[in-house]
Amino acid sequence: MSLNAKDKSTVKALWDKISPKSDEIGAEALGRMLTVYPQTKTYFSHWADLSPGSAPVKKHGKTIMGAVGDAVGKMNDLIGGLGALSELHAFKLRVDPANFKILAHNIIVVIAMYFPGDFTPEVQVSVDKFFQNLAYALSDKYR
Amino acid sequence: MVEWTEFERSTIADIFSKLNYDVAGSNALARCLVVYPWTQRYFGKFGNLYNAAAIMGNPMVAAHGTVVLHGLDKAVKNMDDIKATYAELSVLHSEKLHVDPDNFKLLADCLTIVVASQMGSAFTPQVQAALQKFLAVVVSSLGRQYH
Repeated sequence: MSLNAKDKSTVKALWDKISPKSDEIGAEALGRMLTVYPQTKTYFSHWADLSPGSAPVKKHGKTIMGAVGDAVGKMNDLIGGLGALSELHAFKLRVDPANFKILAHNIIVVIAMYFPGDFTPEVQVSVDKFFQNLAYALSDKYR
Repeated sequence: MVEWTEFERSTIADIFSKLNYDVAGSNALARCLVVYPWTQRYFGKFGNLYNAAAIMGNPMVAAHGTVVLHGLDKAVKNMDDIKATYAELSVLHSEKLHVDPDNFKLLADCLTIVVASQMGSAFTPQVQAALQKFLAVVVSSLGRQYH
């Protein structure tokens, strides 16, 4: 389900609106993922505190959204642009790619919470496709 | 049988008591048809679904959204045996409507988004977990009679 011109401009416009809150969105989304999908906690056993709002969750939420913002700028070639990140997830972190969908769902829930007026169904379909393509690019180097 | 905590029971009752069924139902179904356009396959008789604006404004979609949400009421009122409560509806969706059960999850996700947008910060991670657990049980029960 590839990104057309309308998807890309929709995602860029939404990102411009939400990026000032991106750290908060990332922290919220990650905290929710760990709470609502407890199996995802298995990847973070090295953290002292996995609760929403904790320091490692906030820090990592910020890292994740930084990468999402980077991907917004690379929509014309996500596979090429995210090669290094894909290798990291494939060979070092070894995150099961099924989890990318789970995190994307939680980011979308948080965007809907914070920006209900902006997150219309039309915006949602482009954003959903964007995360799907991002996940695909992130899993590119796995095997 | 699914085990529900007191928090989960009261959270589900609370969410549904505050929901405007017409608004939430039509929004969730319309959103599903826009975000996952292949779901439109089940609504050939609903007239104009050609673009998002048409879908959002379609009165048949709105009416059906309300029907679906009232269907959820049965589960809210029978949380201790959702599986039995939905046996007939599951047969209907399988034998008569021929709905791919994967679609139930898509609609459940859209309803989650609609509730999240309405509740804002009151939609805490714990509330989200309760709602998603409830919807997962509903989805599973609706798929139970397929064979």
